[in-house]
Amino acid sequence: MSTEATDTQREVISVQHLWATYDSEPVLEDINLSVGEFDFIGLIGPNGGGKTTLLKVLLGLLPPTRGQVCVVGKPVKEARRYIGYVPQSVQFDRDFPISVWDVARMGRLGRRRLLQRYTAADDQVVADALRSANMLDLRDRPIGALSGGQRQRVYIARALATEPKILLLDEPMAGVDPQVSASIYELLRQLNEHITILLVSHDMSAISSHVKTVGCLNRRLFYHGGKQITPDMLETAYRCPIDLIAHGVPHRVFSEHTYQEMHP
Amino acid sequence: MIEPLIEVLRFTFMRNALMAGVLVSIACGIIGTFVVIKRIVFISGGIAHAAYGGIGLGYFLKLNPVLGAVVFSVAAALGMGAVQRKTRQRADTIIGVMWAIGMATGIIFVDLTEGYKADLMSYLFGSILAVPSSDLLIMLLLDLVIVALVVLFYKELLAVSFDETFATVENVPVDAIYLILMCLIGLTVVMMMRVVGLIMVIALLTMPAAISGQFVKHMKTMMALASILGVVFTTTGLWLSYLLNLTSGATIILVSGAAYLLSLAAKPLIRKLD
Repeated sequence: MSTEATDTQREVISVQHLWATYDSEPVLEDINLSVGEFDFIGLIGPNGGGKTTLLKVLLGLLPPTRGQVCVVGKPVKEARRYIGYVPQSVQFDRDFPISVWDVARMGRLGRRRLLQRYTAADDQVVADALRSANMLDLRDRPIGALSGGQRQRVYIARALATEPKILLLDEPMAGVDPQVSASIYELLRQLNEHITILLVSHDMSAISSHVKTVGCLNRRLFYHGGKQITPDMLETAYRCPIDLIAHGVPHRVFSEHTYQEMHP
Repeated sequence: MIEPLIEVLRFTFMRNALMAGVLVSIACGIIGTFVVIKRIVFISGGIAHAAYGGIGLGYFLKLNPVLGAVVFSVAAALGMGAVQRKTRQRADTIIGVMWAIGMATGIIFVDLTEGYKADLMSYLFGSILAVPSSDLLIMLLLDLVIVALVVLFYKELLAVSFDETFATVENVPVDAIYLILMCLIGLTVVMMMRVVGLIMVIALLTMPAAISGQFVKHMKTMMALASILGVVFTTTGLWLSYLLNLTSGATIILVSGAAYLLSLAAKPLIRKLD
């Protein structure tokens, strides 16, 4: 699980010297990242720090201006069928007429061509995905009637229905209360036994002890495959870290030692 | 009160009008559902008005104005759809401009056309009482095309309406599906011009779907209920306009509007009962 183990692991995501711009503003600068199989990485960073942009590049939604990105050894557009994507659920329309089941079944779209119908096998995969996300009982519920945490579980189920090797999650705990987010982390921890997970969040307290390794992303990426965010990673990433740490009170992400140092 | 209603069924124009109402309502319920959930009511209004350019051109070239309307309407639908998707800022401004340019082009073409322009107003305000049987056949064909395409691409249309980004990641041809949807809106708009006129197209396109969406939470049932509501509104509106000697298109819209307001008022009550 530590850095040494990473070397012998199979690499599933490889990012080398990646630069990306959004509206001709540079958002990512010289990103290098190697994700090994069954890693569970949490990246934190301020809003506008390029977290969503990084995920978009990995999904082939945004072409990088420079650099190399490979997922399971393939170019991103080919490789995105191995990725389960859980988008930010902020801009969500409560009135949209769709059931939990129909949302989760969208995970099977990539396996079916135009004019092809979903098969019984698809339904089986969708049912399994909903069951592992603990949402099968609510399959007929309209998505607008769910709580934030339940909705997040449905999105995770939809991603699982793609039968992914890698899960990418964008702010999965946004708008979810702490107890619920703990249960979602527990779900992710179980999934991590056979799926590689990369999640990004602006909320430091959301990166819990379930994450195996952490990094900071603010245009540049500070990630050394370690379990802890070091004060200098934060300082370089955020430039003025002290306030953020005081508010965040992140448990266990910081070692005891570091925590005391920050609060003399 | 019932007797004159049955009496009037002897007339072909009334039977055709009722039939047109039914046929248009089917397209309206299906396409209106997409328009409402995808929040592109404004684009639909733009398409309807831009279609007037085609009517003007049809008059000018001495062709069937409906043919011109189809061409303009589909072109406007594709243009506005592309603008909506590709420009990040001020899509609504550009769509508003296309809306006005289409309309103005139509007016200028009509100006340039010699002679008496008999039924020009019918395109603006509708003329459901003057639908010939040949138009009913066209409407039926358009309905079949719409139903067929929606059935064939249902899973993609649902995905693109709900979450375009996820659909892209799943390798759904999102742009193509979106453009198909825009074309369908364009065709529906032309069909509806016959019934309520282009000025009131968005009202009939959106109200049945909006009412339906308040009470059902699945896209298919929302479409079905919206179509049924459309039939009820057009039929009721037609009878009322006949009995009270009022403009049929406007009466249909007012019936739908009254039902929409009632549904808004009824919604909290129904929630309480649940």
